[in-house]
Amino acid sequence: MRESMSTAERREETDEPLVRIRDLHFRRGGRTIFEGVDMDIPRGRVTAIMGPSGTGKTTLLKLIGGQLAPDRGTIEVDGRNVHALSRRALYRLRTRMGMLFQSGALLTDLDVFENVAFPLREHTRLNEPMLRKLVLLKLEAVGLRGARHLMPAQLSGGMARRVALARAMALDPMMILYDEPFTGQDPISMGVLVKLIRRLNDAARLTSILVSHDVQETCAIADWVYVISDGKVIESGPPRRLLESGSEWTRQFMHGLPDGPVPFHYPAPDLERDLFGEAA
Amino acid sequence: MKAALARLGSATLDSVGTLGRAALLLLRILEGQAEVARKPRLLLEQLFSVGVLTVLIVAVSGLFVGMVLSLQGYYVLSQFAAESTLGVMVAASLLRELGPVVTALLFAGRAGSALTAEIGLMKATEQLSGLEMMAVDPVRRVLAPRFLAGFLAMPLLAVLFSTLGVLGGWFVGVGLLGVDDGTWWGQMQARIDWSEDLGNGVVKSLVFGFVCTWIAVFRGYDCVPTSAGVSRATTRTVVHASLAVLGLDFVLTALMFR
Repeated sequence: MRESMSTAERREETDEPLVRIRDLHFRRGGRTIFEGVDMDIPRGRVTAIMGPSGTGKTTLLKLIGGQLAPDRGTIEVDGRNVHALSRRALYRLRTRMGMLFQSGALLTDLDVFENVAFPLREHTRLNEPMLRKLVLLKLEAVGLRGARHLMPAQLSGGMARRVALARAMALDPMMILYDEPFTGQDPISMGVLVKLIRRLNDAARLTSILVSHDVQETCAIADWVYVISDGKVIESGPPRRLLESGSEWTRQFMHGLPDGPVPFHYPAPDLERDLFGEAA
Repeated sequence: MKAALARLGSATLDSVGTLGRAALLLLRILEGQAEVARKPRLLLEQLFSVGVLTVLIVAVSGLFVGMVLSLQGYYVLSQFAAESTLGVMVAASLLRELGPVVTALLFAGRAGSALTAEIGLMKATEQLSGLEMMAVDPVRRVLAPRFLAGFLAMPLLAVLFSTLGVLGGWFVGVGLLGVDDGTWWGQMQARIDWSEDLGNGVVKSLVFGFVCTWIAVFRGYDCVPTSAGVSRATTRTVVHASLAVLGLDFVLTALMFR
């Protein structure tokens, strides 16, 4: 144990990336999702993965978390090839990862307190007073200590995500994966989440991987951005550099331009023929 | 012709694939029973929702099935002046066939569909993925206790169904149609065999409990995680479990009562 701790500490001291993706290929239902993706996710930073809907951003998080297996290539987390691990070793690795799902994924039959306490009850043998203190501290960090008796159905979308964030933080992970945390949020909830993600990352010395297509919010907190499309990394760099990118595609995505290399129209036959020609 | 053959081949491959996935899931569920043994609270919670919440429909159905059985039996038996054997007929029918089979059909409709819908919705709302990412195996944590609860609850429910059926039959036969009370119970005691009738009925229930719950949890776990997918999975659970119960009942009856 001591040896593995010191190994982890040594890794942290080096600049070795926490997640290293090499030559990732993944197909699903006959469709190519990733085709030779390489990525490095540095430790202690907020790294954003951006791209239009349907480009496989969430799939990438599932691949990193070992919920899906690649067809080719490797994904290493903290120096270990995720898909070469035994189920037991993978589960041990997952105790050091937190994931915030788009829907929050709270257990609907448990209240807020029990949802946050769940991973602690499953993986630690803390006594009840200690567990209570820890849960309340996690809830305090996301501003929802007072909501601990509410059921998930009583929470707004933003509150549910904050509870899910407290739960993801419960075991003090080394890394948190965020799946579209800003989608469907009102401006206030969005502002709270943006601030929380950055603050928690810095205060707990986490590594954050943020999947999103909300350009403004993501660029406000990310240290590094990967833009993916058509199964490949189109461009990567600090947010400011991408906002000023010379690439037409990146410019269209980052500035939300309606037309460009990604056409406004879905491929279709000629309009005149479609309207006045033979019935399809 | 070619297209029909291709469709048949594809459907066969799909069915074999589904069976394979179901068998693999069953293995994982059986492995997961170790977790249930460590955390018996999980089993108790599920025994309540799968078993206790099904008691009402099973009890009421048992009562009425027994009453109808007694009524119909009396009209037939009285034509041969054999109404004294009404109690035996009611008890044997319930213990051997109607108890296990009707309970299993009711179980598939009430508890089986609820299990599939619950697990399917947990999948659709990413709760199962959430458990996986919290390093908690959803098969062990969610499916294994539900499976064991269904397996254990079925024979208890079937015994309850048969007991209330006998009481319902007694009410109609003895209370309303005038069959002698002593003959009713005496004939039943003399002719009903513990192992042949009750034992075989319980074995049938255990088999039905195993199959119905397996189908229910598999359908929920394997469903397409959308509202239409959960709905389709729930319907499939009821249809497949009911057909499996009726088919297996024939096989078990042929093996047990030769």
